Amino acid sequence: MELELRGITKRFPGVLANDSVSLTVRSGEILGLLGENGAGKTTLMNILYGLYSADEGEILIDGEPQAFSGPGDAIAAGIGMVHQHFMLVPVFSVAENVVLGVEPTIGGGVLNLKKARQDVVDISEKYNLEVPPDSIIEDLPVGVQQRVEIIKVLFRQAEVLVFDEPTAVLTPQEVEEFFEILRSLRDAGRAIVFITHKLKEVLQIADRISVLRRGAVVGEANPKQVTEAALAELMVGRPVDLVVDKEPAEPGATVLQIENLVVVDERLHRAVNDVSFEVRAGEIVGIAGVQGNGQSELVEALTGLREPLTGKISIGGEDASRSSPREIHSMSVAHVPEDRQRSGLVLKFTVAENMVLDTYHAPPYSRGVVMDWDETRRTAERLVKQYDVRTPSIDVEMANLSGGNQQKVIVAREFGRDVKLVVASQPTRGLDVGSIEYIHERIVQERDEGAAILIVSTELDEVLALSDRILVMYRGTLVAETTPETTTAAELGLHMAGAGGGLGAPEDAPS
Amino acid sequence: MSDRTEAPVPEDAEATPDGDDNGRRFFEDITGINVDWRSAAIVPLLAVLTALVVGAFIVILSDTELLKKFGSEPLAALGDSWSLIAEAYSALARGAFGSVDAWSETLVSATPLIFTGLAVAIGFRAGLFNIGGQGQLIAGGMGALIIGFSFNLPSILHIPLALIAGILAGAIWGGMSGLLKARSGAHEVITTIMLNFIALFLMRWALKTEFIRVEGRQDPISKTIETSAYLPRLFGFLDNTQLRVHLGFVLALLAAWFIYWLLFKTTIGYEFRATGYNPDAARYGGMNVTRVYVLVMAVAGGAAGMGGAVEIQGLHHSVVDGFQGTLGFDAIALALLGRSHPVGVVLASLLFGALVSGGRTMQAQTDVPIDLILVVQALVIMFIAAPALIRAIFRVRTGKEVEQLTRGWS
Amino acid sequence: MVIVTTTADRPGVDQPEEVVRTPAELRRARVLGIVYIVMALGVLWFFAKGTTGDATFGLTRPQDRFSDFPDLTVPAAGSAYLVAVVLAFVGTVQLIRGFGKWTNAVLAVVLTLVLFSFLAWAAAGKSISMVGMMRGAISLGVPIALGALSGVLCERVAVINIAIEGMLLGGAFTGALVGSLFNSWLGLVAATLTGVLLAWILAVFAIRYRVDQIIVGVVINIFVLGLTGFLAFRLTERNPELNSASVFGPIGIPLLKDIPFIGPVFFDQNLFVYAMYIFTVALTFGLFRTKWGLRSRAVGEHPKAADTLGVNVYRMRYLNVMLGGALAGFGGAFFTLGAVGRFDDNMTAGRGFIALAAMIFGRWHPVGAVSGALLFGFADSMRIRLALVRPIPSEFLAMAPYIATIIVVAGLVGRARPPAADGQPYIKE
Repeated sequence: MELELRGITKRFPGVLANDSVSLTVRSGEILGLLGENGAGKTTLMNILYGLYSADEGEILIDGEPQAFSGPGDAIAAGIGMVHQHFMLVPVFSVAENVVLGVEPTIGGGVLNLKKARQDVVDISEKYNLEVPPDSIIEDLPVGVQQRVEIIKVLFRQAEVLVFDEPTAVLTPQEVEEFFEILRSLRDAGRAIVFITHKLKEVLQIADRISVLRRGAVVGEANPKQVTEAALAELMVGRPVDLVVDKEPAEPGATVLQIENLVVVDERLHRAVNDVSFEVRAGEIVGIAGVQGNGQSELVEALTGLREPLTGKISIGGEDASRSSPREIHSMSVAHVPEDRQRSGLVLKFTVAENMVLDTYHAPPYSRGVVMDWDETRRTAERLVKQYDVRTPSIDVEMANLSGGNQQKVIVAREFGRDVKLVVASQPTRGLDVGSIEYIHERIVQERDEGAAILIVSTELDEVLALSDRILVMYRGTLVAETTPETTTAAELGLHMAGAGGGLGAPEDAPS
Repeated sequence: MSDRTEAPVPEDAEATPDGDDNGRRFFEDITGINVDWRSAAIVPLLAVLTALVVGAFIVILSDTELLKKFGSEPLAALGDSWSLIAEAYSALARGAFGSVDAWSETLVSATPLIFTGLAVAIGFRAGLFNIGGQGQLIAGGMGALIIGFSFNLPSILHIPLALIAGILAGAIWGGMSGLLKARSGAHEVITTIMLNFIALFLMRWALKTEFIRVEGRQDPISKTIETSAYLPRLFGFLDNTQLRVHLGFVLALLAAWFIYWLLFKTTIGYEFRATGYNPDAARYGGMNVTRVYVLVMAVAGGAAGMGGAVEIQGLHHSVVDGFQGTLGFDAIALALLGRSHPVGVVLASLLFGALVSGGRTMQAQTDVPIDLILVVQALVIMFIAAPALIRAIFRVRTGKEVEQLTRGWS
Repeated sequence: MVIVTTTADRPGVDQPEEVVRTPAELRRARVLGIVYIVMALGVLWFFAKGTTGDATFGLTRPQDRFSDFPDLTVPAAGSAYLVAVVLAFVGTVQLIRGFGKWTNAVLAVVLTLVLFSFLAWAAAGKSISMVGMMRGAISLGVPIALGALSGVLCERVAVINIAIEGMLLGGAFTGALVGSLFNSWLGLVAATLTGVLLAWILAVFAIRYRVDQIIVGVVINIFVLGLTGFLAFRLTERNPELNSASVFGPIGIPLLKDIPFIGPVFFDQNLFVYAMYIFTVALTFGLFRTKWGLRSRAVGEHPKAADTLGVNVYRMRYLNVMLGGALAGFGGAFFTLGAVGRFDDNMTAGRGFIALAAMIFGRWHPVGAVSGALLFGFADSMRIRLALVRPIPSEFLAMAPYIATIIVVAGLVGRARPPAADGQPYIKE
């Protein structure tokens, strides 16, 4: 079967998300759709899946134009989508999630849970996708959840499978397993669309590549012939520097010292389990790891947002183990939070108001209880200029700025004062290349000015490019310590999956 | 676990310029929230007008005789309907603005509304839904009452003392909800409503006790406060007037100004607003969200409590079950109508005060009961809260979506 | 083909290495222990000291089949002493080691014991009809239960229904009006439809226009309060015959109603009570065993996921909310057609909010919600019965349900998790 998208155009207020996009994919092949964040890939696939409606253009299956008024129609036409953020109900079981919407019944709407379970087991065996059918989704690891998503689409007899950034939350090991699944599905006759921004992966798995940039198809490539650099250039429109320019580090005194830190999460599991390390002035330490291995809790403990169970945190010699965020802030610590919209900014406040989010309480921005808005505005003007934040004025609501500019405001706010320690979590998540470059430059600049920098990132490339020293976190412990010069992405990946041998940290017993 | 879905604006979109000029900035300053000024003024106005129209229909429809007449003599019935409405609403207008006395009554009604409206508005600003104005007002009234009749001091001391007692009582009553929310996540909608009832029953019980009840009678009426605690009438120096408007109105305006200053010019207000919009970011910024919630509810309760004190000291001079009326619920309409801004609340209170005092005249002179005002109020809220509906009806293009003020039970 | 299995270092289910008790939890456990001990002292002081006589609890009514079933007689002071001792013991255990997962069950038992000693004290030297009190509990709990079921229905699809109060009141009003105009059965229908109408308004504003759900609910409540008050005055003042409907009396279920004590309590009630039983069972079965239930819950937990699978989120929400409205409207009719036959201004007096508390207390499960509602009904019933026997200031007893609600909502009886998408409007692109 052949699926064709012809001339698809979609507009949102103020932006053209898809500009006359045309693609084809056939049974028995994997099409790689490559594009950076914001290029319009997800919008395109949502149109294909019936979640959005295109303003112009059509979708054709085997030459017949289709009209999807919703996902139900797309599913009926044989299109199955595995979304970037899983569409699984966390409190339901695997079987319940798989059959939702097409439930087997024993007459009159009563659920036939036994049959549902059996169906899951059948598909699971047929395609070698092992999943425990009765387990509750929120208890399952991400890799298994993804398999459930695949079973979901197979259950609905999808002929075309669309995967949106499927490897974002997988370790390199799990990615390999996932690619095996893709290959076997392709060999079984499915058409597969693999959407990603990761160059290396698309080169590895796709049979053909289409590149999307700013909403339009800018090129097609044959993975056997094209180079990484050429693809990258297609993706961003100019030759891209895959390396950050920096001098070797000259580390000074220890600024941040962590000793035997144990932090517990909401479910009372040890998210951080006996972690010790240090960060010195003038160096960048990067913590690599797949999302969900305790990094978030570690950062929260360091910045006072979560109380550790046991262990010691020292900043500049002072004990900060149980300090509040404000106390830590007063120790000249800057925190760039991993979710800028949730923790770092008040979207309904103006740029100026956001600029003093963690400094409003003291002079010069306030005297006693009275705010000094004049001083605040002056500072905001200055910082906006200094950090190249694109905004018509400082009185604009934060929500109106793009992601990149929002992050720049945070960086401006945090770096705009004298800091000894910077804790930056996923500092460039969801940003365009220009903003990423800018923020990396600023981080290096802070380091050269003598700050100690701790970066936590799930992007291996970022960790490798920025760090002077690299730590890998897996299941709450540090399992590796190395430098970018002496390691490779593959080796780091192994550590991230817990398979690298560890630093003598207690291994989990296989269950 | 699923993440929140991102807004549909792709990453590279540049900020859409808002059109910048000094005049607009000044008005934005006055209204406080960065809201399109058209939405700030026009929508409430239209809402009120629409509500009055719909209210008129309800009046007609509830007149069974008139309805029967539509069956037999439709044209005459139409004429009757028109005159009924005209009579009712003109009585309303006369009662509200038709004379100096009417104006005085309007201000008298508006006074407690300003306080309770502020109480709700403060809550909204911090993302909290304070429906407890009723209970907080009762607490304040009782506090002022007890200080009022227990001592006999020179006015210059007695008045402030009683007021402070009222403010504190209200602050405690409100603060309890804040504390519950902060410590246990109990939703303030439920706790404030429950506390309303508890306050009501406590007052009723208190009115039966020897300490509170007026001597010599069995009725649940309280003792009268000493005259030294009375809030003087504004025009008491004119011999031949019965104008009831009292110092409380001036105090209300002062309170509104104070709340404005607190919300927009102080660090405390900054914390309130940040927590209201995004408690996670507030925590990140070092704010103690627990403390903020308690403080917000305490300030809000204090405002409502002051309203209660002012009502006792300026108007009733003693407590009877029912002095609280429906002030607590009216306050919600006021805060919404006033866009949670002190200036808006004052204006909205004046409007509602007019409706109430006019409504009394309307009830006296026509057959239309004052509950119609409640209906009109509710309609006003409905039309405020649904800009989309207004948009559809009047095709006025307003800028922003309604803020999501609450986030479920947590 | 490569066989992909769960590898050794990636177990199928994430086993917790160690479940830890946080400092906050330990604190709470210790506080609870202290509270128990204080309660023991309180029981001793208030209920044991100076109390004489025996308390007699009547377990049957004269018209029951086995009316010579013995009454329960307990020494009032003695019971109090006994309870105090048990409480002190339990409190000590709680303080030292706690009861682990039995903590909540123990709390329930403790409260029951305190209640018992309170009743014994109140009835010391006198007799109260326990069977009457329990009957009253069920009866008074019905509107709260139906309201709570309505809340469960709505919140399971992630729509917060603050307007239960308004739906109850509206149902009460139209039930009385139509019941007076025509007959009580039609009154029931009218009441149900009123609930549906109000729910539809809530649904439109909350789902389609995405207005803040709590505000809409509050507005509906104010609107109904004003409108019913207004109409009641205007209509019935001139035409009092519009406000006197006939009441549905109790219908005994043959055989079942003859069981001593349990029979008259559960099986000799009016149709509202029986409807409550049926609805509870139906809702439980429906939510957890049918297609509709699975989809509804999915819509409430993860609407986007349901949407991507072709479930019509908007339609499910509309449907369930309106169904909830029907339940609440029907429940509202209880106040008039099930009790007094006449509508009084604001006669629901906040029961709609107590219903919400019952729903939270019952963790959004129909059976739990109804249990909570019946508990509140018991508090109400107790107040009425005791007023006859003891001159306890009725205001304090009247306060009891509201205080209890606060306690429940403050999670002092354990935290619970609402449907994940609760309160958030669903935005379909």
